[in-house]
Amino acid sequence: MKKRVTVKSEREEYRLFRSRAYVAAGFIFVALALVFVRLIYLQINSYEHYTELSKENYQKRVPIPPVRGLIYDRNGVLLAGNHIEYVLEAREDGIINRDNALKRLMQLLPINPQDVYKFKQKQRVNSRFQPVVLRKNLTENEIAIFSANRFRFPGFKVSVRMQRNYPLGSLAGHLLGYVGRIDKKDLEKLDKYEYSGSTHIGKSGIEKFYETRLHGKAGYELREVDAHGKPQIKLEDKAPIAGEDLFLSIDIELQLKAEELLKDYNGAVVAIDPRNGEVLAMASMPAYDPNLFVNGISYRDYNSLRNNPDRPLYNRALQGAYPPGSTIKPMAALSGLNAGVVTPTRSLFAKGFFQIPGNKHRFRCWKKSGHGHISLNRAIYQSCDVYFYDLAFRMGIKRYSAAMKKFGFGQKTGIDLPHERSALMPSAEWKRKRYDKFWYPGDTVNTGIGQGYFTATPLQLAFATSIIANHGRKVRPHVLRATRVSRNLPEKLVTPERLPSLGVTKLSYWDDVIRGMVNVVHGAHGTARRAGAGAKYRFAGKTGTAQVYSIAQNKSYNASKLKKKLHDHALFVAFAPANNPRIALAVIAENAGGGSKVAAPIARQLLDTYLLSTDNKKNVKKEDKADLKVNQNDYSPLLDNVNKLKKINKNTTIRP
Amino acid sequence: MNNDSPNFVNIFLRWLVSIDLVLVVTLIMLLSLGSITLFSATGENSRMMNSHTIHLILATIAMLIATQLPSDMLNRWSVWIYAFGVLVLIMVLIQGSMGKGAQRWLELGSLRFQPAEIMKLAVPMMVASYFSKRILPPNFKDIFVASILVLVPMLLIVKQPDLGTALLVGSAGFFVIYFAGLSWKWLIATALTAMVAAPLVFFYGMHDYQRQRVLTLFNPEADRLGSGYHIIQSTIAIGSGGFYGKGWLKGDQSRLDFLPERHTDFIFAVFGEEFGLLGNMILFSLYLFIIWRGLYLATKGQDTFARLLGGSLSLTFFIYLLVNTGMVSGVLPVVGVPLPLISYGGTSLVTLMIAFGLLMGLRRRKKWYDE
Repeated sequence: MKKRVTVKSEREEYRLFRSRAYVAAGFIFVALALVFVRLIYLQINSYEHYTELSKENYQKRVPIPPVRGLIYDRNGVLLAGNHIEYVLEAREDGIINRDNALKRLMQLLPINPQDVYKFKQKQRVNSRFQPVVLRKNLTENEIAIFSANRFRFPGFKVSVRMQRNYPLGSLAGHLLGYVGRIDKKDLEKLDKYEYSGSTHIGKSGIEKFYETRLHGKAGYELREVDAHGKPQIKLEDKAPIAGEDLFLSIDIELQLKAEELLKDYNGAVVAIDPRNGEVLAMASMPAYDPNLFVNGISYRDYNSLRNNPDRPLYNRALQGAYPPGSTIKPMAALSGLNAGVVTPTRSLFAKGFFQIPGNKHRFRCWKKSGHGHISLNRAIYQSCDVYFYDLAFRMGIKRYSAAMKKFGFGQKTGIDLPHERSALMPSAEWKRKRYDKFWYPGDTVNTGIGQGYFTATPLQLAFATSIIANHGRKVRPHVLRATRVSRNLPEKLVTPERLPSLGVTKLSYWDDVIRGMVNVVHGAHGTARRAGAGAKYRFAGKTGTAQVYSIAQNKSYNASKLKKKLHDHALFVAFAPANNPRIALAVIAENAGGGSKVAAPIARQLLDTYLLSTDNKKNVKKEDKADLKVNQNDYSPLLDNVNKLKKINKNTTIRP
Repeated sequence: MNNDSPNFVNIFLRWLVSIDLVLVVTLIMLLSLGSITLFSATGENSRMMNSHTIHLILATIAMLIATQLPSDMLNRWSVWIYAFGVLVLIMVLIQGSMGKGAQRWLELGSLRFQPAEIMKLAVPMMVASYFSKRILPPNFKDIFVASILVLVPMLLIVKQPDLGTALLVGSAGFFVIYFAGLSWKWLIATALTAMVAAPLVFFYGMHDYQRQRVLTLFNPEADRLGSGYHIIQSTIAIGSGGFYGKGWLKGDQSRLDFLPERHTDFIFAVFGEEFGLLGNMILFSLYLFIIWRGLYLATKGQDTFARLLGGSLSLTFFIYLLVNTGMVSGVLPVVGVPLPLISYGGTSLVTLMIAFGLLMGLRRRKKWYDE
């Protein structure tokens, strides 16, 4: 231990102090150097990291949603547009005495308490600087009233919003589909950046299938915000790119006619231009109004649509798998010719039924007395069941199924619409897999007349008919005809997709089958001769009456004794003009009875509408055109649509 | 002493002689830099800048007066100032316990000031005065007495509660003991005791919010919007300043209100953001120079009292700087210590400038007024 100083000494104390001061100085230097090292770490080593964090703090990217593309028919009639809606909204930070202001506003404008409740609820959740809507759909009058009193309501303002709108209501509703609010399921799939400002997304139909093209590209505005989220200045922005306008191949007048004609039935019509695969009409009845879905359908509306026994939400044209019945006989005939099972000339003796050798079961013909000696031509136009039982039986299911698949049966056509069904062209393997059962020869016999396990969608039927009309040339059916990136740019036509042609061993087979089909409508004994009477053009067709309910061996079909649901489906396929086809179609009316009685006349009227009115369009006067819309009184909603349609047509006719 | 009252020229000359020009110039540079920063940190608030100007004028006058106080006079006054300070602290505590909650302020007419600020000067003066009458290095009894003199006001301030000021008062007292010659053995023993005591204090001696602040230091992300918010935002501000800084008035963190308490305790973050590492170099150089000059002036002190007081004031200034920059840059827990001479606040500025005035006066020939 150091010697202790016992006398107070200035000099000693001074020295002590100096040495202490040196040590302190050293300590100070080291301590501040350590802090400085920290500063170097923050400002040099982590500079980029913290710059990023700083930007995250004060830069807010406000997405600007693009304007959704419009949808037109082939003649430029607007089918889906963007309705401009005026809304009254407010930012919480701007309002003075909210409850009082709301009370006074309610005296001024029709605002119901429900709106006010929702408004308050949303304001609680949203940022103080985010506008919240109080009232939607302001009328011009209401805007005027508010504008005059605006000074009394600081913080409130009228804004414009875009809302998807289907001006023709339920017309072509299934085909167009609809947009709806983006939900959780959509969020998982969609591009977070592109949809950051969007509220709606295509949920079905064209709106869903062409979602990316219709939606467009989002823009943004980069804003500076302070710590409380209050926007300051704009830093940069990028304008959104509007979605593409789509021109469908649909002819809305034909579509309207189809829906009018089907209005008493559940059913579907599909019309295709066989030359290029363009779908001219695709109707499914009953229909629904897609406008209901845009802003969230009410629980009641949705339930009534859902629980309706006629199932209006279901697109029968794409999703209805019906037994095609006799409508597939032309395709079966061609398959038989191609396989060499039948010839154009050789005839068969048809009793009123067909029996598999060694089996007692009778496969009955619709004509109990039988057709007698029957050729291919007559077998088609008289729709002889026995001839086709025999054909299918002799081809065997393997060959028959493979040949029919070439007409597109049992597989999706690949049309540009969502939720298409493939229906069923059965085979032995299918039955083994599905039911774990053997394929019996009797199963084959039934497929020969489009019954049994065989099902097809109206679209498939129309497509198969168009293949015959085209002599085997196949073009994939499609709904999109042209697109337009901008109103100032020309439309770009979509190139139809050619599929491998259906080859035949002898080219004349096509004419052999088509002759039979022409005789169906124009022949003296054709099953649909009444529907063909007086036509200004020659066309080809085939009736079909599909059993929904199996009739026991010893009983006969008696419509009056069966429930409506179990009545036969009426079907008809046709194309016209027979020698140079421009339209092929399939009509199905559920539980409507015979194809010749119900479906064929519908088809005839549609052909007239398409061929005659388009042929003579320029010559038809306005009054005549109005006369085309028959039964004006009993279907006024559609009539309203027609009037709207005309108006729109006048204003915005664009012919791509 | 002759009977002529000193004329004004004489008084002025004496002032001139007592002023340390080197320190004054450095202080002016630092105060200018501080005012520029404050202008930005207050959001170009003219009302606050006006009162800052008044603070500067008051502080300068206080400093100039302090230069005229010779050390032996201070030595004699120490005990009375100290006693007064402790009394006021007790009064404030009683006032607080009578239902007004945490109470740091004493109102004298329109003037509000924090009595704890007095202790930043009174405690080192008292302890220095005590040691000036003892034989140094001090023995155990002297150290014990000195420790009591430091701990009493310190605990009173902790009770307020004002941890930051208590820390500064405590260190001011401790530095006197250190300069008086606290043996290294004792020093190390104290440091070890502190290390052992720290966890005990943490678990038993702290308010919840204080404990939270310490925890926050180690993991600010744990409470992003709560206690961690200050530290996160201030490190972002400093870090995003980079080498050159974002430029005066262009600090996004401060301009857009992300930085809390940006014109008071966290003004260093504003400075770091706007002037970058380059600015920090200059700032630290100025501070280091001031501390060095303070220590230099202390060694020139006339007597033991002067030296002890001077040394303690210089080192306390350093503690200010260390604790503030340490907490703002996220290496020390958040305690309410302002950045000396730059943070907004009149009381602290006046106290600091008085301290510099005292430092300058220490080397004065004593007894000039007796002769």
